[in-house]
Amino acid sequence: MKLETCLTGFVSSHVRSNTHVAPRVTPWLFFYPHPFRKEDFNGIPDLASNPIRTQIVEAFFDQRNFSKDGDGKVDEIGFEEFLVVMSHFRPPSLPMTDEQRDSVRKEKLRFLFNMHDSDNDGMITLEEYRHVVEELLSRSGALGKETAKGIADAAMLEVASISVGHMEPDEFYEGITFDHFLKLLATFEIESKMSVRFLNMDTITLCK
Amino acid sequence: MAVRAARSAGFTAVLLLFLVLAGSAWTGDAPAAHNGTPSTQEDPDPHHGTNATNHRKAFPVLAFNYDHVRKPFEISLWILLALLMKLGFHIIPRVSHVVPESCLLIFVGLLVGGVIKAMDEKAPVLDSKLFFLYLLPPIILDAGYFLPIRAFTENMGTILVFAVVGTLWNAFFVGGMMFAVCQIEAAQVGHVDLLSCLLFGSIISAVDPVAVLAVFEEIHINELLHILVFGESLLNDAVTVVLYHLFEEFSHAGTVTVGDAFLGVVSFFVVSLGGILVGVIYGVLGAFTSRFTSHSRVIEPLFVFLYSYMAYLSAEVFHLSGIMSLIACGVVMRPYVEANISHKSYTTIKYFLKMWSSVSETLIFIFLGLSTVEGPHNWNWIFVIFTLVLCLLSRVLGVVGLTFIINKFRIVKLTKKDQFIVAYGGLRGAIAFSLGFLLTDSEKKHMFLTAIITVIFFTVFVQGMTIRPLVDLLAVKRKKESKASINEEIHTQFLDHLLTGIGDICGHYGHHHWKDKLNRFNKTYVKKWLIAGERSNEPQLISFYNKMEMKQAMMLVESGSAAKLPSVMAAASAQNIQQQREEARQQKLLKISKTREAEIRKVLRANLQKTRQRLRSYSRHDLFMDPFEEDMSEVRFRKQKVEMERRMSHYLTVPAKRQETPSVRKVWFEPEHKVYTYDDSQSPRSGAIQLNPRPSDGAALLDGSPQGSEPSAAPQSADQSERQKPSRCLSDPGPNEDEEESIFFSSR
Repeated sequence: MKLETCLTGFVSSHVRSNTHVAPRVTPWLFFYPHPFRKEDFNGIPDLASNPIRTQIVEAFFDQRNFSKDGDGKVDEIGFEEFLVVMSHFRPPSLPMTDEQRDSVRKEKLRFLFNMHDSDNDGMITLEEYRHVVEELLSRSGALGKETAKGIADAAMLEVASISVGHMEPDEFYEGITFDHFLKLLATFEIESKMSVRFLNMDTITLCK
Repeated sequence: MAVRAARSAGFTAVLLLFLVLAGSAWTGDAPAAHNGTPSTQEDPDPHHGTNATNHRKAFPVLAFNYDHVRKPFEISLWILLALLMKLGFHIIPRVSHVVPESCLLIFVGLLVGGVIKAMDEKAPVLDSKLFFLYLLPPIILDAGYFLPIRAFTENMGTILVFAVVGTLWNAFFVGGMMFAVCQIEAAQVGHVDLLSCLLFGSIISAVDPVAVLAVFEEIHINELLHILVFGESLLNDAVTVVLYHLFEEFSHAGTVTVGDAFLGVVSFFVVSLGGILVGVIYGVLGAFTSRFTSHSRVIEPLFVFLYSYMAYLSAEVFHLSGIMSLIACGVVMRPYVEANISHKSYTTIKYFLKMWSSVSETLIFIFLGLSTVEGPHNWNWIFVIFTLVLCLLSRVLGVVGLTFIINKFRIVKLTKKDQFIVAYGGLRGAIAFSLGFLLTDSEKKHMFLTAIITVIFFTVFVQGMTIRPLVDLLAVKRKKESKASINEEIHTQFLDHLLTGIGDICGHYGHHHWKDKLNRFNKTYVKKWLIAGERSNEPQLISFYNKMEMKQAMMLVESGSAAKLPSVMAAASAQNIQQQREEARQQKLLKISKTREAEIRKVLRANLQKTRQRLRSYSRHDLFMDPFEEDMSEVRFRKQKVEMERRMSHYLTVPAKRQETPSVRKVWFEPEHKVYTYDDSQSPRSGAIQLNPRPSDGAALLDGSPQGSEPSAAPQSADQSERQKPSRCLSDPGPNEDEEESIFFSSR
């Protein structure tokens, strides 16, 4: 059965206190009485053709995205957690001070970092990065594997040179830490790019 | 010294022109006499037969027949003059820093016009046909072909609102208020009726892409603002065309009915959508044609130019928007054509487009200056002053009002600074002048033309000159000099998919959803038809990566191997002499290669971090900056050109035969100009890597490529030791051959 949820007349106050602006959701979503599982997400047809769907679905069940100190994965989530994950995608409100902008960017980049860092060791190793690139190219058939490796390697070299600078030939580059990740995507303007527009709408409609 | 030389060059150019024009006027009478002379010569001959003692002129060894080449000669001279002026400006840095080029060119046009007028000659005027058919298309094609698609589509809504609603508002506001102004007794222009005023308003209200490009490219403003103003100037062409034709028809008819107004609205949609459709058709045709050009690479650029030009002309036939057609054609054609054509053709297209658009722009501004001097003018103080004031006012009001509405729908809001720049950047230019020129001759026309020219001058001179200090003053964000970073590309794609996925989960069919659908449609159906061979399956990330790697390669070749060249040449030529010492030489070369390998690794690593800066600004007349090109001297360049051509000609003129087969051919560049090709099909570790060194043509050829185990052993060990280094830094356990090769460049 297709996973469609919509918001009923209320948004839980608990969620509201977690996020600055309670995300309001479009009329297409209706409230599921029971908690979501991973299989429910697989029922969405459009998601099937998305190359990184596994990682997206995983992100919903990753406790690191629910709270600051969370760790590990869960098997089912409630609506609250769903909204918390979605709240990472809220667009920035315009009059933003620099600290606010920084914190928003950190939050969104943290989300991305968690998506890449699947074993939760605080670092994106080469294997994990390769996996990311492979997934991205997974739709392109046979030629993906080799070139994916090459691309991932080149990308790691780039990160190394940006964060660590000049390296001796026998130095080791362990992996991308969160700080390096921040530095890497410093010019990316993630606060406006990583946002879904519907979270801006003010209407809360009733379930159809 | 240089300044004086430039000044004298400029003066001589002007003097030359003056002489030629005077001469052409004078020889205008000469042809009659000239033609008379031979004919009189002919006549006596048949009569007097072989009478050689008659007054027969000697055979003219040197003759003067200017008339024969007059037209092309004058055109070439004009263009040459324009380009010399352009050169001259850059030699005088102080002036060119303060004053934008367009102003200087208009000024030159004024000067030349003044000189010609003083000689009582008739100067060439900016003929509308010349302008619309020959001068405008190259500029628009250049802009459209290199349009930054991502920025454009992301801001499409805003751009459309500014272009359509903004221009409509401008036209009606200026037209209406001018009508009110005309009613003032003191102006003595009471004979101008409402429709004429509206026509005038529609001509003067459109932001001009040529002027915007000319001014904005020099101030390097951030991408968002640039694309907003520029996109608006392109898309408002449809509105301008419709309004112009509408009001022109009506002003002849005299009255307007509701039905006419309705037809006007319908016509707007027809003009814009029809123009885009024509462009898309030609674009698809062009892409399809480029699929088959693999055997005649030399004419590839011509296809691009001709299809685009035909798109423009075809749209003009039906009075559709030619500019939108041209843009649509360029945008549609580009991704497919670039996947099909060779690298040289791509460079040719790039250079030719920039060259033509540069020349066109220069000529347009000079002619604008000329036409100003030529007249005929009808100066009416009140009319002109009010036009100017109203134009500025309507622009400001329009931008502020529209931004207020647009900001409700935008994620990244437009700040007051942005609004100011957008309003201030609304320059008028030659399109307005040419449209005015097309009006039927009358008193009104001259008055309109005068007003139009005044507005153009004001916007180009005053606004053009002051926008740069204002941008500095207001600390507007400049363009980011972004490196072509593979990480950013990866994350851009990742984010795209992520946001699409999130949208799908919520069932929200937003911007990303449709973009994703379009991409998938593109991949499954369109690419198969329009891209030759196996490039059709290549995902964007890979083509981006390949492009980057190739740029790396060229940079490496041009810079890294320059100093080493003489020693290599010596070594290679020595080989030719001594056959039996060939193996020893081979060893030596290979040993050199070992140390060189380490260097290459270092250089490559260094180069990966400082990839060629991709300027995301729109410096249209300077191409992507290439510091290495400037450094090279002629000799070195020629040597390297030979070498590079050899190397590149193989894989550049052949589009990527994609590796679906397991044997992936990879080319490893080495400064000794040996091309080693690895064949993956051979078992990598079992010792016999087939190395086929192909020596350079520049020196003598090595006879007999050594294929024994001995040479292959040496490079293999060299490889192994060399592989230690990068693999360490990639945190991988030990030497791993796969990794190594994948860092090198895939052959195309």
